[in-house]
Amino acid sequence: MPAQRFHQPSVLPGFGLTFGFTTFFLSALVLLPLAALALMAGSMHWADFVRVVLSPRALGSYRLSFGASSLAASINLVFGFVIAWTLVRYEFPGHKAVDALIDMPFALPTAVSGIALTSVFAANGWIGRYFALLGVQVAYTWIGVTVALTLIGMPFMVRTLQPAIAEVQRDLEDAAETLGAGRLYVFRHIVLPTVLPAMLTGFTLAFARAVGEYGSVIFIAGNLPMKTEITPLLIVIHLQEFDYSGAAALGSVMLVISFVVLLTINLIHSWGRRRLVATAH
Amino acid sequence: MAIGVPLAVREELATRPGRDTLFTVAVRWLLIAVSLVFLAGLLLAPLATVFATAFSHGLRAYLNAVMDPDTRSAIRLTLVSAAVVVPVNTLFGLAASWCIAKFEFRGKSFFLTLIDLPLAVSPVISGMLMVLLFGLQGWFGHWLQDHNISIIFALPGIIIAEMFVTFPYVARELIPLMQQLGNDEEEAAITMGAGAWMTFFRVTLPKVRWGLIYGVILCNARTMGEFGAVSVVSGHIRGLTITMPLHIEILYEQYDFVGAFAVASLLTLLAVLTLIIKTLVERTGYKRR
Repeated sequence: MPAQRFHQPSVLPGFGLTFGFTTFFLSALVLLPLAALALMAGSMHWADFVRVVLSPRALGSYRLSFGASSLAASINLVFGFVIAWTLVRYEFPGHKAVDALIDMPFALPTAVSGIALTSVFAANGWIGRYFALLGVQVAYTWIGVTVALTLIGMPFMVRTLQPAIAEVQRDLEDAAETLGAGRLYVFRHIVLPTVLPAMLTGFTLAFARAVGEYGSVIFIAGNLPMKTEITPLLIVIHLQEFDYSGAAALGSVMLVISFVVLLTINLIHSWGRRRLVATAH
Repeated sequence: MAIGVPLAVREELATRPGRDTLFTVAVRWLLIAVSLVFLAGLLLAPLATVFATAFSHGLRAYLNAVMDPDTRSAIRLTLVSAAVVVPVNTLFGLAASWCIAKFEFRGKSFFLTLIDLPLAVSPVISGMLMVLLFGLQGWFGHWLQDHNISIIFALPGIIIAEMFVTFPYVARELIPLMQQLGNDEEEAAITMGAGAWMTFFRVTLPKVRWGLIYGVILCNARTMGEFGAVSVVSGHIRGLTITMPLHIEILYEQYDFVGAFAVASLLTLLAVLTLIIKTLVERTGYKRR
């Protein structure tokens, strides 16, 4: 039987059926479209590809998409840590409800969070009016884009950090403090090394999700070319003009950049783990 | 949620000397306050504004908005597409998790990567992939046109796009759960003469049912709420290819805020229901991760 060469024998039935179905489903739904994308982008003339991908409008959209995404992931790094820390370490009234609420951006449709955030942060909105008093316009600027991307990245950060913070050994913290270590020292040398990999993972997940986000951003962004136009929107505009190859070119650039970012962070990640092991010995 | 730390240990830790100094108490309440203010501004305020705006002109205006013919057809289309997408993706989730969790074979991580892909890709790119395949200039464009089949700018396109975006959810929920629970009971059932289907329905399914329920519920919520991918393939034909999230966009752009937020309130209720079911499922003892 040729199947035995690549799968270890088992008494359980159903390998052929489930393997076949999974392969068929993934090929038809994922591999085939990806091949179409690669071919569409690959069949373009190099000059056309460069013209679309490096046009000033495209460059402006990368700046906003990747800039706002990393800013939002950084904000989540700070506040996500505080929230995860609070949920793991402290008891307070409503603890369970707050913990359940963290997953809200997962379940809430992006269009809903988009229009809701816009009306809250508009100049006459519940929160936007206070920013307006300070002379800061949130909605329809890059600040609004960052707010929306912070919301959708938040659960990724908190859910990644919670188990890591629970792993921190409080005995070590107590021991360090009895030996005279200050609280900041304890945080930097005991808490931070334990949760650092999770922080990087959370940052990556939040960033990757934010770069591709569409629904919750387009309402709060002003969608002005060069200023408040995200890359996914530019792709949609190309598609609406039936410029499929232009859309495919931008899409493949986005895929490649996200892939490189993920790879870089994974490398930092494994470097950090090696360093941790090295200092432990 | 006390992850990993037993209650007795936590109580012992809490009573150690130096635990409740003025400084630690101040830090604790400061951090709790920062968390709550952050979540209130970013999460609660938008949720509250959905209902506040939806009911801003009274109950009658809300009901009129929900009963509007265009809204009703958007709700119908959303339900019809979810009725196709969710069962198919559940079937895929069960097959993929059985194949990946129960057997060792080459190329398993390739499968897992492909299953994760839709979660990492922008919904706009997901929709674009479908347009590149089935659109007029796409691979199958001419063949489809010759045979008078419309996929893009029609219901099949919406269904396929939603399927692409949400097929990972059931599988991602079931694979770690099945791996964690192991194969011992299934192997025992098979050795004692149970058939394949009997083993699946009587042994495996009861073991993973809570994970399956949550996966299906989440898949359903994401399917009904999908915006980016559907927006690309829909073509925005009134009454024909407008799902609820797209209808929200149209109403919002027409400055019909009561209408937009009324439709949004329905989807918000669905999201709240999803979270409640998730919390109940976790309380039954099944824990994620």
